Amino acid sequence: MNLLEEHAKIVHFITLAGEVSGRKKLQKMVYIAKKMDLPFQEKYEFHMYGPYSEELTLRIEELCNMGFLSERLEDKGSYVKYTYACTDEGNQFLSTMNREQANLSICVEKLNSKKSRFLELVSTLLYFDHLTREQQIEKIQVVKGRLNFSDDELTEAFDFIQELEMCLKQ
Amino acid sequence: MSYATQKLAEEKVFKDPVHRYIHVRDQVIWDLIGAREFQRLRRIKQLGTTYLVFHGAEHSRFHHSLGVYEVVRRIIDDIFVGRPEWDESERLVVLCAALLHDLGHGPFSHAFENVFELDHEKFTQEILTGDTEINAILRRVSPQFPQNVSDVIGKTYANKQAVSLISSQIDADRMDYLQRDAYFTGVSYGHFDMERILRVMRPREEQVVIKHSGMHAVEDYIMSRYQMYWQVYFHPVSRSAEVILTKALHRAKELSMSDYEFDFEPRHFKTFFDRTFTLKDYLALDENIVMTYFQAWMNEKDEILSDLCDRFINRKLFQYIEFDPAKDYRKLAELEQLFKKAGINPSYYLVFDSSSDLPYDFYRPGEEGERVPIHLLMPNDELRELSRSSEIVEAISGKRRTDHKLYFPEDLITPDGKKKALKKQILQVLKGEIQEGGE
Repeated sequence: MNLLEEHAKIVHFITLAGEVSGRKKLQKMVYIAKKMDLPFQEKYEFHMYGPYSEELTLRIEELCNMGFLSERLEDKGSYVKYTYACTDEGNQFLSTMNREQANLSICVEKLNSKKSRFLELVSTLLYFDHLTREQQIEKIQVVKGRLNFSDDELTEAFDFIQELEMCLKQ
Repeated sequence: MSYATQKLAEEKVFKDPVHRYIHVRDQVIWDLIGAREFQRLRRIKQLGTTYLVFHGAEHSRFHHSLGVYEVVRRIIDDIFVGRPEWDESERLVVLCAALLHDLGHGPFSHAFENVFELDHEKFTQEILTGDTEINAILRRVSPQFPQNVSDVIGKTYANKQAVSLISSQIDADRMDYLQRDAYFTGVSYGHFDMERILRVMRPREEQVVIKHSGMHAVEDYIMSRYQMYWQVYFHPVSRSAEVILTKALHRAKELSMSDYEFDFEPRHFKTFFDRTFTLKDYLALDENIVMTYFQAWMNEKDEILSDLCDRFINRKLFQYIEFDPAKDYRKLAELEQLFKKAGINPSYYLVFDSSSDLPYDFYRPGEEGERVPIHLLMPNDELRELSRSSEIVEAISGKRRTDHKLYFPEDLITPDGKKKALKKQILQVLKGEIQEGGE
C-alpha cells in the first residue's frame, strides 16, 4: 500500500525511538534525519525554534487521529509536554507497509538520546550547512542569540553532525 | 547619491485592480521589476490549477509580487516613517524582500515541487545570491545586500520587524493575496478593510502590533482568510486538477527513467528527471512550456501519459469521495488490488489527498508548532494577544481543520464493457461514501 507511505515512515521512526518526548524534539529529529539524506518528504521552513515543518505537525496529528500514534500530555507547570509512541494499531498498520530505511535505527537512537536544546542547535546548524563553519556560528548568534550557546556546545554539535554522517555512511 | 537612495526622475505607477496604483520611486525597485527573473513571474499563475474552477483566476505571481511590494511600501512610507521604533535604514531591504519573496516559484509550484522534490524557497535564495540579473542589481546596493534580502525572506534576518512585515500571521503577503485572489476568482469572501489595518499597524520591539481600535478589522481579515482557504484554495475540483497534473509529471518522469522513446522529447525536464538541473534550467521553465508538453503528450504512445495530459488539458477531472484514513485505511489496500485486477494502474489513478489549515494560533511557551501571535497595543501601552480580547478569534484559535479525499477516474470504473463485474466491485467498495461526487 503506497498511498500512506509517508505516514508509515513517521510511525516507523517513532517505533524505532520507542517514544519521543516533546513536539520540538520530534520536529528536530526528523529534520536532522532528513538532512542526513533519509527519505522524509516533509517540507521545513525556518521558525521560532529553528527548522519546523507544518506538514510534519499535520501528519503527526493525523496519525494520532488514526490511532497509530499515542499522544500523552504532561503538565510541566509553565508548559505542556507531548510524548509520542506507536500503538498496537500503528504496529499493525506498519506490517502492511514496505519499510526499507537503511541505518535509520542507529540514527534515531542517537538523536533520541539528545536533549531538545541540543537538537535545536544541531538542526539550526544544518539549516545553514551551505555556509562555512565560521558563518554558521555567526548565523547561530543572530537567530539563536537568546539561547547563548557556548563554544563547547557548538563543538559538540559539529562533532555530532560528523558522527551521524559517518554512521550513516557505514 | 548612492544607488540605494537613488530616486527616479518621475514616479512610475502601475495600474492595479486591487490597490488602484502601485507606486515606484526607487531606482533599485524599478530595475528589479525589469530584470528577466522577475519578468518570468508573469508566466506563472498565482493560483496554479484554480483557473479550472474559477475561470477568472488567471492572474500571475507578477501581479501578486507587485501587490506585496505596494502594501509594504504603504506601511513603511506612510505609517512607520518617523516612528522611533522603526529603523528607517531597513526600508530598502524590506521593499526588495516584499517584491522578490516569490521569485523562486516554478510552474504550477506545488505539483512541480512534489514530483521533482524541489523547494521554491531555495530557488528564491539561489536567484538572489547566484549569477542572475537580480543579483547584479542587488549587489550594486552593497555586496552583502543580496544575502540580507534573502535572509528577510528566509526569516533568518536579525531585524524581526522586517521579517514580520513579509511573513507573520498578519503580513503584507497574505493581505495582498487574499484580496487579489478574491478579486480574480470573483468570490465574495476574502475582502476586508486593509486600509484600516494598515493605519493601526505599529512597529514595536521585535514585531509589528495592531492598535486595539483596529481589532475588528483584524477579526474580519482572519475570517476572510478562513473562508478563502476552504472556498478557494482547497477547492476539491481544483485539487483534482492538481492531482492529475502531478501524476502526469510523475508518469513522464517514470517513462524517461525507463528509457521510453518519447515522440515529443521532454528536453526541458531531462535535467530534473536525473537531478542534474542548474538554476538556468529552472529559470527556463514556465507554465506555457509545461502546457506545450501536455498538448503534445496527449498524442504519446504511452496510454497513461496521453490520458492524463488529455484529462488536464480538456478538464476531464477525477471524481472524489470523502475519505477518513483513520477508519478506512484498510480499504485503500483493497482498492489498490481491485484497480490492478481491472487493469487500472493505482499509482496514477487512485490518489489520497489531504488539505489542512490552522486559521490562527498563539504562542504556548515551551512547545514547538506555535506561530508568533498577533498582539494588540492596548490603551495603557501594554501588549495583549489577540484571542484574549476577541471572542471570535478565540473561538477558532489553535483549531486545525483537515479534509481528506480519495480521487479516482469515475469514467474508467463505470461497469460496462470489459471486466464489468470487477468494476462493479470497485464501485461497491467506494459506494455509500460518495457524498458530493460532482464538480
